[in-house]
Amino acid sequence: MCGKMNLQLFHLAANIPGGTGGGAPRLHQQESAMFQKILIANRGEIACRVIDTARRLGVATVAVYSEADAGARHVAMADEAVHIGGPRPAESYLRGDAIIEAALATGAEAIHPGYGFLSENPDFVAAVEAAGLTFIGPSQAAIRAMGLKDAAKVLMAKAGVPVVPGYHGDNQDPEHLAAAAEAVGYPVLIKAVAGGGGKGMRRVDRAQDFATGLESACAEARTAFSNPAVLIEKYVEMPRHIEVQVFGDGTRAVHLFERDCSLQRRHQKVIEEAPAPGMTDQMRAAMGQAAVRAAEAIGYAGAGTIEFIVDGSDGLRPDRFWFMEMNTRLQVEHPVTEAITGIDLVEWQLRVAAGEPLPLAQEEIGIKGHAFEARLYAEDVPAGFLPAIGTLSHLVFPPGVRVETGVRPGDTISPWYDPMIAKIVTHGPTRAAALNRLARALEAAEVAGTTTNLAFLARLARHGGFAAGAVDTGLIGREIDGLAVAPPVPAAARVLAVIAAAGLHEGTGAGFTLWAPLRRAVDFECPAQLQITGPNRVCVEIAGTAHECRLAPDGWWVDGLKTSARFHVKPEEITVFLQGAHRFARPDPLDRIAHAPASDLTLAPMPGLVKAVFVLPGQVVAPGDRLAVLEAMKMEHTLCAARAGEVAEVLVAAGAQIEAGAALIRLAEEEAA
Amino acid sequence: MRLSSTAIPSSETFRKNREAHLALLDQVREAADHAAAGGGAEALKRHVARGKMAPRERVAALLDPGCPFLEIGATAAHGLYHGAAPCAGVIAGVGRVMGQEVMVVANDATVKGGTYYPMTVKKHLRAQEIAEHCALPCVYLVDSGGANLPNQDEVFPDRDHFGRIFYNQARMSAKGIPQIAVVMGSCTAGGAYVPAMSDVTIIVRDQGTIFLAGPPLVKAATGEVVSAEDLGGGDVHTRLSGVADYLAEDDAHALALARRAVSNLNRAKPATVQWQSPEDPAFDPEEILGVVPADLRTPYDIREVIARTVDGSRFDEFKARFGETIVTGFAHVMGCPVGIVANNGVLFSEAAQKAAHFIELCSARAIPLVFLQNITGFMVGRKYENEGIARHGAKMVTAVATTNVPKITMLVGGSFGAGNYGMAGRAYSPRFLWTWPNARISVMGGEQAAGVLATVKREGIERKGGTWSAAEEAEFKRPTIEMFERQSHPLFASARLWDDGIIDPRKSRDVLALSLRASLNAPIEPTRFGVFRM
Repeated sequence: MCGKMNLQLFHLAANIPGGTGGGAPRLHQQESAMFQKILIANRGEIACRVIDTARRLGVATVAVYSEADAGARHVAMADEAVHIGGPRPAESYLRGDAIIEAALATGAEAIHPGYGFLSENPDFVAAVEAAGLTFIGPSQAAIRAMGLKDAAKVLMAKAGVPVVPGYHGDNQDPEHLAAAAEAVGYPVLIKAVAGGGGKGMRRVDRAQDFATGLESACAEARTAFSNPAVLIEKYVEMPRHIEVQVFGDGTRAVHLFERDCSLQRRHQKVIEEAPAPGMTDQMRAAMGQAAVRAAEAIGYAGAGTIEFIVDGSDGLRPDRFWFMEMNTRLQVEHPVTEAITGIDLVEWQLRVAAGEPLPLAQEEIGIKGHAFEARLYAEDVPAGFLPAIGTLSHLVFPPGVRVETGVRPGDTISPWYDPMIAKIVTHGPTRAAALNRLARALEAAEVAGTTTNLAFLARLARHGGFAAGAVDTGLIGREIDGLAVAPPVPAAARVLAVIAAAGLHEGTGAGFTLWAPLRRAVDFECPAQLQITGPNRVCVEIAGTAHECRLAPDGWWVDGLKTSARFHVKPEEITVFLQGAHRFARPDPLDRIAHAPASDLTLAPMPGLVKAVFVLPGQVVAPGDRLAVLEAMKMEHTLCAARAGEVAEVLVAAGAQIEAGAALIRLAEEEAA
Repeated sequence: MRLSSTAIPSSETFRKNREAHLALLDQVREAADHAAAGGGAEALKRHVARGKMAPRERVAALLDPGCPFLEIGATAAHGLYHGAAPCAGVIAGVGRVMGQEVMVVANDATVKGGTYYPMTVKKHLRAQEIAEHCALPCVYLVDSGGANLPNQDEVFPDRDHFGRIFYNQARMSAKGIPQIAVVMGSCTAGGAYVPAMSDVTIIVRDQGTIFLAGPPLVKAATGEVVSAEDLGGGDVHTRLSGVADYLAEDDAHALALARRAVSNLNRAKPATVQWQSPEDPAFDPEEILGVVPADLRTPYDIREVIARTVDGSRFDEFKARFGETIVTGFAHVMGCPVGIVANNGVLFSEAAQKAAHFIELCSARAIPLVFLQNITGFMVGRKYENEGIARHGAKMVTAVATTNVPKITMLVGGSFGAGNYGMAGRAYSPRFLWTWPNARISVMGGEQAAGVLATVKREGIERKGGTWSAAEEAEFKRPTIEMFERQSHPLFASARLWDDGIIDPRKSRDVLALSLRASLNAPIEPTRFGVFRM
C-alpha cells in the first residue's frame, strides 16, 4: 500500500521541473513523500548497507569520502560522491559543515548518519535541520536526553524503567563518590559519564581500591572525552548484555525484540544474536514494554536501541534487568533483528524520516527463527587483538550467508578507521542451526592479505558453553587462552603450501623425464623437497616425511584424504585455506645480500688529497658514519665506515696526498661472535 | 583420416610382446638409475656435506617446477672405464627456465671430481651441438676438476676434444646463443674457460673456484703458497678479477640468479610452423609394447606405431600405393606439424624415390621431419643393382643430408647398413636421435657379417683343397655373431653416444614433441638440395 503511494509521488516529483537538481524545491516538505536523494554521512559497510536499501526503494544516493577512501566500495556504489577532506575522521567524516555542504550541493534531501561519527551528535542534527535538510534519525532533543548517561538514567527512572542502583549525581568529590559506592554496595563499576566503548571504566571490588580506580577512570575519561565526570553503579554478577531494538515515530514506539550481545571482549561486542538464549515470554514482554516506555518518554523517532544489563546468575528474571543506556542510532548488530523479524530497518528509517507512520503495529511484528552476527576484523588475536592493516588480496565468503561489508578484494584496510572487514550474519530455524551455519561460514570464509580474527570467531562459534546458551560478558575474558591461540597448522596445509611455493598448486604438469623423476628442493620455512611422480601427482617431503599428493577435479588429496583446500598465492606469501587460513611466508630466493665481510681497513679508492678526517682512535663508529673526505678528480669523495666498530688507528692526516689503495683508517678487529 | 589398428590387446602375441619389451625396459631403467646415482651414496654424502646440492637437484632447482626435462645421454659411458664414469660424469638435457627452453650441462662432481673422460667431452660437445642447432641458450653448472689426466690423450688434443667446448661457446655466443655459467665448485685449468668464455657468470662464495692452476701447481711452479679461495674464489673473481659477474651465497641462490639471468635474455621463439591444438592419439601409446614384435625379424605394420604417436591418430598418408615399403605422410605431434618417413620393409628403388619426393615436399613447406627407422637395408641383387637402386638410394640420402628442416630420428627396430643413412642416422645430423630398447644398430646383421666372413674363409680353405665342416664353420661364426650382438645393443650404442638416449617406447610421442619444440627455437632456413642423380 505504502509502496504504491511512493510510486505515485515519485511520478509527481519527476514532473516537477528541476525536481532532482540542486537548489530545487525540496520534496520532503510534502507529507509522506519518499526522498528522491539522500546523502550518507558515513563510510564502510554501513554506508554500503544504507545504499543497498535506498537503491531498492528508488532513492538516489550521495556518498561522502575522505582522501583515504577515494576508491572505497561505498563510493563506487553510490550514485554520486563528494570528497570532504583528509583521511583523519576529524578532517572528513566528523566535519558536519562539509557534509551538509555536500548534501546541499548535490541536492540531497536527507542525511543518513549511519553509526559512529556524527550519528549521535545533536549539534550536527541541529545544523542539518537548520540547512533545511532532514536528519534520518531522532531529534536533537532525544539525542541530548540520552547523551549523558546519568541524566538519562534519572529520566528513565522517572518513566518507570528499571535502572541499576548507583550514583549519577553531579558531586564528583572523591569522598562523596566513595560514600556512594559504599551505599550501592561492592563490587561497583566506575564509568565515565560521557563514556562509551569501555573507556573510562573501572571495576572496583573493595573499598580500599576505590580511590585508585577512580583516579585512573577519571584520567582516562578526561583524555578520551574531555570530561572527567564519572558515575558509580552496582557491578552485576554474571552480567548479560541484552538490548531491545525500538522504533519510534516521534510519539509512539514499537519494539522489535531483543538482541543478546553478551559475547564481548573488553566491552567490544564480538558475536551478537537474536533472540536472547533462555529468554522467556514474560521477560521479553517486560523488557519490550520498558524499552517502548523509554523511547516514548523522549519522543523518539527512528531506530534506537535500549541497552539493558541483566543478571544472568539465576536465569532470566523480569526483576533483574536494568536500563544501561540508549543508543540513538542504528546499531552495528541490527541485521540479526532484521533476520528474525524480516524487517528492513533502514527502509523503516527512511520511511519514518520521510514522514510515514510506523509501517507495522506491535502485534504485527513477530520472531521467526534465530540469527547470529559475527564481526570479522583485521586484527592479530594471538598478539592481543592488535589491529592489523593490509591489502585484502583475496576475500571470498561462502554462499548462503548475509555479509555486510565495505570492502572488496583488492581493497586496503587502512590504519585510519575501524579495521572491520565484514559482518557475517546467519539465520536458521533454531539457535543450534543458525549457530552451526555461522561456524561453518566462518570456517569457510577466505581472507588473505591481512591477519584476521576468523579463527578466533570460528572457535567461539564452536564453543560448548556458547552453544549451550550459557553466555555472559565475561566468557571470552575467562577463556581467552583457549580461544585466542593461533590455530594449529594441519600437516596437509603445510604440504600444500610447499606445492604452492613451487607454483604447482593449479596443476603440476607431467614433470616429464626419460627415466626417474627429478627431486627438487623448495624454498620454504622448513627443508622441503618435491618430486613430480606423474601428471598432477606430487610427492612432498617435509622434514623427512613423505606425503603423496594428487590433484583431482575436486581439488587436492593429501595422503589419500580429500582436503577441499583453496589457495591464495602472492609472490611474497602463500595462504592455504584448510580448516582456517594458514599463511606462509615465501622467501625471495634472490633476496640474499652477497657482500664481502667488511674489511678492517678503509682504503683510498683513487689517488687524491685527504681533505678531512672525522674520527680519532678509540672512537666508536656505526656503519655509514663519515670517516674522511678525499678530494680527487675535482670531486669530494666521502669515505664511510663499512661496519660498526672502534677506530684502532688513523693512518693519514688531513692535507696528505695519497695513492690509490692507501690505507686511511683501521678499525679494531671484530671479536668472534 | 584416422588410422585403424588390427592389434588385439587380449591376444597371446600382444601379451608376449609386451612382456619382452618390459624386460628390455627394466634393463635400461636399471642402467639409467645407476647413471643417475652418479658417484654413489658415499660420494654424494661428502658432496652434500660441503654445503652443495646434489647435481640432479641443481638441475631441478634451475628448471621451472613441473617442466619437462629431456635428458641427453642418460646412460652415456655405461660399461666404459670399468664403470668409473656413470652418466659420463655430466648431466645434460633440454629443460625450461622462466619459460625459455635451455640446454643444461651440469658436471657431477661425485664422479671422479667431475673430471672429463672422453665420453664426458663427447657428451658435453653433443649437448652444445644440439644447443647450437636448436639455438638453445646454454647454462653450464660447473663443478669439475678439468681433464681426466689418465685419459688425457683421448681428451685433450683432437678436434672434438676439450678445446672444442670453448670454441663452441665462442661460436654460439657470436651467433647470439647466450652462454651462462654457474660456478658451483672447481673450474680448474682448461675448465676455467667455461666461466671465462660465458656471457654471464655466477659464482658461489666459498665453494666455486676458477683458476688456470690450482694451489698445488702454483706452489710447484713458483713456490707461492695461496689458498684456493684467495687464488680464485667467488669474492676474488667478483671483486678483483672480474672473471665472474655475480656472487651467490650458496647453490640455491646461484641457481636463482641463473634463472634471473635467463629471464633477462630477451629472446622470443621465431615463427616457424603452424601449431594446432594438441590432441591425444585415438589409440593408447601404452599399447606400443604389445603391437611391436619383440623379435626384429617379425614384420609388422609401422602404422600401428604412428597411430599411437600422432595427434588424434590422424595421418595424411602420401603416395600410399607407391613404394609401399616406406610410409610417408603428414601428421601432428602435440600440435606440431610433421612429415613422417617410416620404414615398412626393405627399401626398394620406388620407396627411395618416394621418400626423396616427400622430403622435398616437407622442405618446401618447412615441415619438420620425423624418421621412424626400422630398416635392414636397401634391396640387394642383380635386378635391383641393374635398375640403379644405388642411384635412387643416393637421391634419398641427398635429400636427407641437405634438407634444412629439423629432423628427428627414432630407432624403433633395426638400423642396418645404408638404410641407416637414408633414414637420417647419426651421420646425417638429425636434431635428436632416440633409440628404443629393442633396436639394433650395426653395419649389417651379425648372421650376415659372420656369413660373409665364413664364405671368404671357406673359399680360402677349399682353394687349398681343405675341407671345413659345418660344425667348424658354426664355431668360426659364433664370435662374430656374438660381437655383433653385443655391439649392436642399444646400451652399447648409447654408452658411446651414437644416439641421444634410449627411451621408453610409450614415451615416444612426448619425446618427439619435446624434440620438435626444442628444435623450433631456431628458425627453419630455406633448403638448397644437392644434385640429385636422376
